[in-house]
Order: sequence, then C-alpha cells, then structure tokens
Amino acid sequence: MLEKATPLVELQHIKLAFGGIHAVDDVSIDLYPGEVVGIVGHNGAGKSCLIKVLSGAYQRDEGKILIEGKEATINNPRDAKAYGIETIYQTLAVADNVDAAANLFLGRELKTGWGTLDDVAMEAETRKIMGRLNPNFERFKTPVVALSGGQRQSVAIARAIYFNARILIMDEPTAALGPQETQQVGELIRQLKADGIGIFLISHDIHDVFDLSDRVAVMKNGRMVGTARTEDVTKDEVLGMIILGKCPPAAVPGPGAIVDA
Amino acid sequence: MFRGFIARAGIIGILVVSVAVLSVLSPHFLTVNNLTNILLQVAITTIIGVGMTFVILTGGIDLSVGAIVALAIVVMAVVHKALAPMEFGVFQWPIVIGLPMLLALLTGTLTGLVNGVMVARARVPAFIMTLGMMSMARGGAYIVSDNQTISVFPDGLTFLGDGRVGGIPMLIIASLVIVAFAAWVLGRTIFGRYVYALGGNRVALRLSGVNAARVEMSVYAISGLACGIASIALLGRLNVAQPVAGFGYELDAIAAVIIGGTSIFGGEGKVANTLLGALLVGIIRNGLNLLNVSPNVQLLAIGSIIVAAVFLDKLRDSARA
Ligand SMILES: Nc1ncnc2c1ncn2[C@@H]1O[C@H](COP(=O)(O)OP(=O)(O)OP(=O)(O)O)[C@@H](O)[C@H]1O
Ligand SMILES: [Mg+2]
Repeated sequence: MLEKATPLVELQHIKLAFGGIHAVDDVSIDLYPGEVVGIVGHNGAGKSCLIKVLSGAYQRDEGKILIEGKEATINNPRDAKAYGIETIYQTLAVADNVDAAANLFLGRELKTGWGTLDDVAMEAETRKIMGRLNPNFERFKTPVVALSGGQRQSVAIARAIYFNARILIMDEPTAALGPQETQQVGELIRQLKADGIGIFLISHDIHDVFDLSDRVAVMKNGRMVGTARTEDVTKDEVLGMIILGKCPPAAVPGPGAIVDA
Repeated sequence: MFRGFIARAGIIGILVVSVAVLSVLSPHFLTVNNLTNILLQVAITTIIGVGMTFVILTGGIDLSVGAIVALAIVVMAVVHKALAPMEFGVFQWPIVIGLPMLLALLTGTLTGLVNGVMVARARVPAFIMTLGMMSMARGGAYIVSDNQTISVFPDGLTFLGDGRVGGIPMLIIASLVIVAFAAWVLGRTIFGRYVYALGGNRVALRLSGVNAARVEMSVYAISGLACGIASIALLGRLNVAQPVAGFGYELDAIAAVIIGGTSIFGGEGKVANTLLGALLVGIIRNGLNLLNVSPNVQLLAIGSIIVAAVFLDKLRDSARA
C-alpha cells in the first residue's frame, strides 16, 4: 500500500571509504512516511556509517540522497536538520559538561528578546519533554557527565524528537536503557510512526527489530544483503542474512547478497 | 557545578593568607603605592587572562600572548611616531592617537585570528601553532621597531594605562569592565554556550549543526584582541614601547586562568575566577620582590604553581571518572 507513494528518503548507491576500508559500498535503501525500517548487521557492517551519510556527519564519496523524490544537498549536520532529519547517535554525542537543557537545545538555543540565552524557557521545555520520555528524570541542572547511561540516552532521544523531525534516525537507541525505558522507547516509536514520521532503526536486538519495524534491511561488510518486509521473513532467515549473507526468497536481494543456485 | 565555588573560596582563602603573611613580613607591602602597583600589573594579566580563559575553555592554549602584546605595542608606537609630526587639522586627534590604538587592536586580533585559522581549519595543534606564533610575533616586533625602544607618548595614548577617573586608575576600571563583559558573553550568550560545549565535546557540537571551527577560530581572535588592549595599557603604564615588551606574559596569564580553577582540559571554569587567579599571581610576584627573592627563584615559583594547579585539576578529574 505504501509502495505507490513517493519515498520520504531514498539513498542511492552510497559509497563511503576510509583509506582502503569500504565502510559503505554501493548501498541503496528507501524509507516511506510512517514507516520503520530496521537496519541490522554484524559489528562493523557499516550501519552507523550509512546513516551518518544521511545525517550529514560524514560526506559520502559517491551516491545520491533524495528527499521526497528531490535530490538533496547534505554536506553537514546542519543541512540534514534543515530537511527535518534528526539523529540519535550510537555514541549519543552529548556535551558532557553542560546540562540536559543545554544539550537538548545545542545549536538551536531559545533566545530572549535581547538575543541572550533563555535558560528558563529551555529548562521548562526540557522538563515537558522529559516528563513524557522519562518521568523519573529529575537532574535538570546537572552536567550530563553525572547522569547514568540511560539518562544520557533519554537526553539524546529528547533532543531528536523535540524539533518535530520528519525523518528520525535511531542508532542503538535503547542500548543503555532498562526494560521499562526500552518499552517506553518502543511506545514512542509507534507514536511517532502514527504521526507519519519515517524512522531508520538500527539495533542488535532482533526481537525489537521484528516488533517495531515494517521492513528490515541487512548489511554485511559494507554491502546491502537485502531488504524484506518483516511479516514475510522469519528471525532465522534474517539471522542467515546477517551471518551468511544469504537472501531468502521473500527478500529483495541487494548487491551484497550471496547468489547460490 | 561546585567547582567554580570551591575554586573561588579556595583562592580567596589563599589570597587572604598571602596578604596577611606579606603584611607581617614586609612593611612596604600594605602601602597604597604598592597595592596600586600590584593592581595595575594584575589588571594587565587579567585582561590577557580573560582572552586566555576563552581559549582554555575550548581545550586550547595560547602561548603567543606575550609576543602579540609586543607586536601590537610597537606597531602602535611606530605608527604614532610617524604620524605625530604631521598636520591633520580637526582630524589630528583621531589620526595621531585613535588610529595607532585601533591598529594595536587590529594587530592583536588578526594575529590571534591566524592562530585560530591554523588551529581550527588546518588542525595544527594549538600548542605548536601558538608556540610558532610566539616566535613569529616576537620577530615581527623586532623588525617593526627596528630593534629600538620608543618612548614618551602624549596623554591621549597613555590614558588607558596611566589615566584616572574619579581618582581610580582607568586601567583597573577597564579590566573590571572587561571581566564583567566576558562573564556575560560566556554565561548568557549563545556564543558562550558554544565555547563551553566545544571544550566538552567537539564532535557533539559539530553534530548539533554548529560551525565548531568558527567558534574555535573566534576564541583565538578574542585572545589576540585582549593582547591588543593589554598593549595599549602597557604603553600607557610604562610610557615606553619595546620589542621585548610582554616577555613571559603567557606564563602569568595561563597561571591566572588555571589557578582560577578553569580546567586545562577545557569545558569548565569561570572567567571571574581568572581575576582572582591574576590577583594571586600578582601578589606572589610582588611579595617575592619585596622579600628580595631573586627573579630566577620567582620563575621557579610561578612555574611550580602552574604545574601544581594542573596536577590538582587532574586529581579532581580522575577522582570523578
Ligand atoms: N571514522 C572512521 N575512520 C576509519 N574507519 C572507520 C571510521 N568509522 C567507521 N570506520 C570503519 O567502517 C566500518 C563500518 O563501521 P560502522 O561504525 O558503520 O559499523 P556498524 O555497522 O555501525 O557496527 P556496530 O554494530 O559495531 O555499531 C568498520 O570497519 C569501521 O572500522
Ligand atoms: Mg554502529
């Protein structure tokens, strides 16, 4: 049913190399509004590198990015944000020495009429959104270095969803979270999806991926093994794609698939 | 969060003790003349220390400040002496006094900007870049001044270093205004927030869509501007401009910042505490002078204090990690 609409995002033949390492090698993937696409693969498969190309953190060597069918210029994080692309990085990318509000609004500070920092307003907004995400969060005036891994993660998540993203990239968003918070993030993903936001979800937890994703894309050694609708494949088949690079019949093979007779 | 407070309480305590000890040891210490002298020297260290605070907050360092002061002071003096004999009618004052001052500020800012561009864009380590600039700017100062000492300047040019407003030395007022303004920039403006964030996590700042390189370039330009202001103050205070001016100022400025509790690793600190740090360095230097301690031993003392302050900072950091 989604297939007829214009994709929100199309990454076409993306290549990214570091010296001799082909971190991302001819990868194509798309994402529709209100869709969650899970990206899975072994450590070092190139998942983070791929999404960093979309988020502007890395500049691709080759390939095209289309947003709503039109070619997009994304050369830095600022460009990506202008297209409504928000990212939760695997490394969280928070400034440890400032507080939650300063991190939430970093680069997009609220200003008073005088053009100075409006710390009161920023803290109030932070309290609102954290109340939704992590009601137990109390430490609004502490530099985030003093927060737990999960608390820091909720700050990173808050930052990504506060600014009304159209396209959300989540790289291991629940890695440091307890079961209850993980469930809350799952709930949040469903909510955002219902609002028509497109989400790339990178996770090592195959159960989460099957729970939350409409489609799953498998990477191996920088290449795309294939994509499949989650309802059409089993977890074992996806594991086979991850480990062996073998594409089951229900999946659309990519350039990284092992073709066997 | 308590770091600033503890640093402040600690330095104020040490200041009080030093003043008490020196008052007992030397009858000359607690005189109006001596105290004014200390404050005037401290004011110059403070002004340079304010710029240094911006740089160190980003995790950088500026070793070239003393040499930039020298370059700016001789540029100002040479241009002034060249223009002074000429007639400019109603523009006499702006051209003969105003222009040299403006050039001192520009020299400082542009030299600092060169540091900034090389550090932020060419990714030359700050230590190396500013060490090189220390030599380049000093060399420039010798060339511009033709190795000469230039002396005796009119009141307008010496006002910042020598003048008084309501009996209070202009230089002390100026340094306090500069500290207050810097505290406002760092605490209340978006640029100030980025300076702290850059020192905390450069990558996070960049991924947030901020032009982190521009912030980094700016702090070195600010440090250079502070050196330009300090050079005007120094010219007024001594009524002399020499290419050896500002020798060793980087040591006092860095000491003031570090003793003021700003982390040498960046991201933490308060510019108001740099004022206290400068005061402590000034009092220690003055006290050692009054007690007839040789300048060689003074160098030893200030150097040890810097290392000790950084060591304490490191202990504090590893205790937390
Ligand atoms: N900045 C970099 N410089 C050099 N090589 C890099 C860099 N970033 C990633 N790589 C390499 O690119 C490859 C892909 O890395 P990437 O981080 O995308 O993997 P990943 O799929 O996200 O793995 P993980 O599941 O462990 O997060 C790896 O071989 C990695 O070593
Ligand atoms: Mg990764």
